[in-house]
Parts: sequence; structure tokens; C-alpha cells
Amino acid sequence: MYKLTVEDLHKSYGSHEVLKGISLKAKAGDVISIIGSSGSGKSTFLRCINMLEKPHSGIIALNGEEIRMTRAKNGELNAADPKQLQKMRTKLAMVFQHFNLWGHMTVLDNVTEAPIHVLGVDKVQARENAINYLKKVGLDERVFKMYPSHLSGGQQQRVAIARALAVEPEVMLFDEPTSALDPELVGEVLRVMQTLADEGRTMIVVTHEMAFARNVSTHTMFLHQGRVEEEGHPDEVFSHTRSERLKQFLSGSLK
Amino acid sequence: MNDIIQQFWQAFLWSDGYHFTGVAITLWLLVVSIGFGFVMSVPLAIARVSRNKFVSWPVWVYTYVFRGTPLYVQLLLFYSGLYSLDVVRNHELLNVFFRDGMNCTLLSFALNTGAYTTEIFAGAIKATPHGEIEAARAYGMSRFTLYRCVILPSALRRALPAYSNEVILMLHATTVAFTATVPDILKVARDANSATYDSFNAFGLAALLYLCITFVLVALFRRAERRLLVHLRPIQA
Repeated sequence: MYKLTVEDLHKSYGSHEVLKGISLKAKAGDVISIIGSSGSGKSTFLRCINMLEKPHSGIIALNGEEIRMTRAKNGELNAADPKQLQKMRTKLAMVFQHFNLWGHMTVLDNVTEAPIHVLGVDKVQARENAINYLKKVGLDERVFKMYPSHLSGGQQQRVAIARALAVEPEVMLFDEPTSALDPELVGEVLRVMQTLADEGRTMIVVTHEMAFARNVSTHTMFLHQGRVEEEGHPDEVFSHTRSERLKQFLSGSLK
Repeated sequence: MNDIIQQFWQAFLWSDGYHFTGVAITLWLLVVSIGFGFVMSVPLAIARVSRNKFVSWPVWVYTYVFRGTPLYVQLLLFYSGLYSLDVVRNHELLNVFFRDGMNCTLLSFALNTGAYTTEIFAGAIKATPHGEIEAARAYGMSRFTLYRCVILPSALRRALPAYSNEVILMLHATTVAFTATVPDILKVARDANSATYDSFNAFGLAALLYLCITFVLVALFRRAERRLLVHLRPIQA
């Protein structure tokens, strides 16, 4: 039984097709890293999974439950039932490149917001959980009452990971979580992600961190011009690279 | 100066012995018009930024008309203009409502400040960081929850400095109320002036009273900003 399956996903911007049929299957505990140069469609693919971007065709299913879709006039697929999509989204927590924390809320409120107002968790319980998750991502109690803009990038991204954990998702989606960070802050975020992977959480990670893709993930997909150019176990993909494109890409990024 | 104060202090502050006057009336005008203006401007601002033209366009027309004509003219239209129409006079409720100068004044003030406030809030809503909205959607918020928990709390906070300006301008705009025979501070000042011919002190006193009210408003808004806009300030050492 797969937790998340995506089948033959297509997406176009106007006449330009950015995703030309991408499929993905994730079992519980899988950590799938998606790599590729910019413009290859990897972020778009990830954002289609929770329908932040609307695909033009394809099937998305979580625990066997398909997101029901209807076709809009412009050819995009929309969720047929917004309530179903909202429910699915709470099980697909996303961590963004630019954190996207809610600026007017304290760190603690950022983490309790979705549990309280979307999932209907009791306030006291949500607060207690939030504190646990914030501690888990290595944040000091002093920052709980602070606002996102007063934190470093690495701290903000860890708050965002705690916010994702707080909805107790089935699958976590990471959209280049370290790309907006100063180099010395990348490590603290990657370490948290490694811990989550070790716990057996199901994660889909779009990343430029080749070491993470290689050492942490259980499956690596290399996207090129909207297609999966090569995929497999990271040992295979990185050590016995078959495609020319990926060889080129790796020689560029490992320099 | 002493004569005017002795003779008119009570009228300047709250009563001429028969009716409420002066500061009491000015504050009543301000509070009621700002209150109504705020309550109507929040939903209107949401409608104003709607992508549906049938929703946003009527609001645009409303704000355009009320920001495009002087408040003084609006008040004259509501007070004298409407009441000169037979439809209004012959209708029982409308007749009662528009015969009263205070009603006309409050209506025009509320609609006027509502138009400006709608634009202020709509601007703030539009400037909500896109990533924050995206995150809210990604965490399964419905449109209603998105507005209630993310967009409005964020936008109304950011609108606070511009909004405080609108409130102060509204205070100053209440001075046209005398047109509809509403006895606000300026009306009392005019009475004092006619009674004593001491124009400088009569109007000077009115100016001082407006200054005091503004001072209080500024202080209140500064407190509010300090509390509500912490997240936009650099951290204190």
C-alpha cells in the first residue's frame, strides 16, 4: 500500500509544458529526493501534489484516496470538492523555500494555528504539542514568544518544520528548504530533516543538497525538462549514473 | 478670553443647558461615523479586492464617488438635497430620518470615512505577503479561515498607521457638521464669536480643543501600534 501516489502528472504554462508526465509512489517511511537544475519542473511538481499549482492532467492519491478534480475552462484541473482538498492538504504539510511563516503571529501561534483553526484541536493541547515540536526541532524556549522576523533564517525554517509536524501529516513536502539560507545555517535545518527521516516519516524533498539526497533519501528522482530523466536508489543514481544529463548535472553541482 | 470661558465653557464641553453641544457632540460624530465606517469597510475591502468584477466594481464605484466629491457637498446633498425630493418627504421612515440634521450628518460622515477606510484596508489586504496566503492554503484553511486568521489580522495591523491618519482627518472633517445645524465645537465657537466679537479667542479655544482630542487619538494609536506591530519593528536590544 502506497501512502502517496502521483500518476502521469502534466502541467503547462500557456503553450509551454513544464511537466510532461511525472509519476511518483511513496511508501510509508520513504524519503524521496527530487533533484534537477532550475527550470526542470521539480518545484512545480511538488506544488502540484497539494494543488498549490493546478495540474492539467494526472492522478493524485493519498492513502488510496484520490483528489477528485474537475476541469476548468482554461484546461487546469480544480479540486471538485474544496472540503476534500482542505482535508488532504492537512495531511500533506509543506515546508517552503522562503519559510512563509505568518508574520503577525508569534512562533508558538504559528505552530498552533493550523491545529486549532483547521483541525479543531483543543487550545491547551495544541499549545502543549507545539512546545514539544518546537523543542524537537531544537528551538530554545526564549524564541517561542518572538516573531518570525526577529529570528535567523535557520530558526525560521525550523519553526516552519515544527508547524508542519504539528498537523501530524502523513507526508511532508519540502520545497528547497535550505535554498534561502546562509551557508552556515543550512546544517541546522538538514540535521532536523535527517532526524525526521530516521524516525521513518514519509518525506518528499526538492533539494539542491546533493549530500542530503545521497545519504538520507531512500529514492532519488532526477528531473530534466519536465521529465524524470533518471531515478532509483541514491547509491545507483549517484554512483552508477546512466544518463548523460545527470552526469553533467552532478559534475556541475559537485565541483 | 476669560469672558468666553466663563460664559461658554459648558457649551464648549458638553451642554448649552438644553442639548448636548461642543466636545460631546464632536466626539459622538467621530465615534459613530468611525465605528460605522470601520464595520462596513472590512467586508467592503474584501469585496474590493475580489477577482469577481461584479463584486469589486460596485465597491469601486462607491469609493470613487465618496472620495471624488467633497464631504461638504455630500452633507448638503443628504441634508438639503434629499429632503427636497418628494419621494423622501412622502415616505414615512425616510421623512423622519432625513428631517433630523444629526442623522444626515452621521450618514454622510459614515459613508465618507467608510469609503476612505475601505481603500486603506483593501490596499493592506492586497499587500499581504503572497507566501503567507500560500502557506495558509497549504495547511488546509478554507477561504473564510484564511481571511479570519491570516489576511485580516495581518492587513488590519499593517493598515494601522494609515488608518490613524484617517481617524484624525475625520475628526477635523466633523467641523462641517454645523451645516446641518449640529452643535459641535465649531458651532459653539461661532456662537461665542457672535456674542462677544472676540474672534481670536473664540476660534482659538476651538482650535485648542481639537488639538487636545488629536493628542489623545495620537497617543491611543501609538499605544496600539506598539502592541500590534511588534513584528514589523527591529528587535530591541
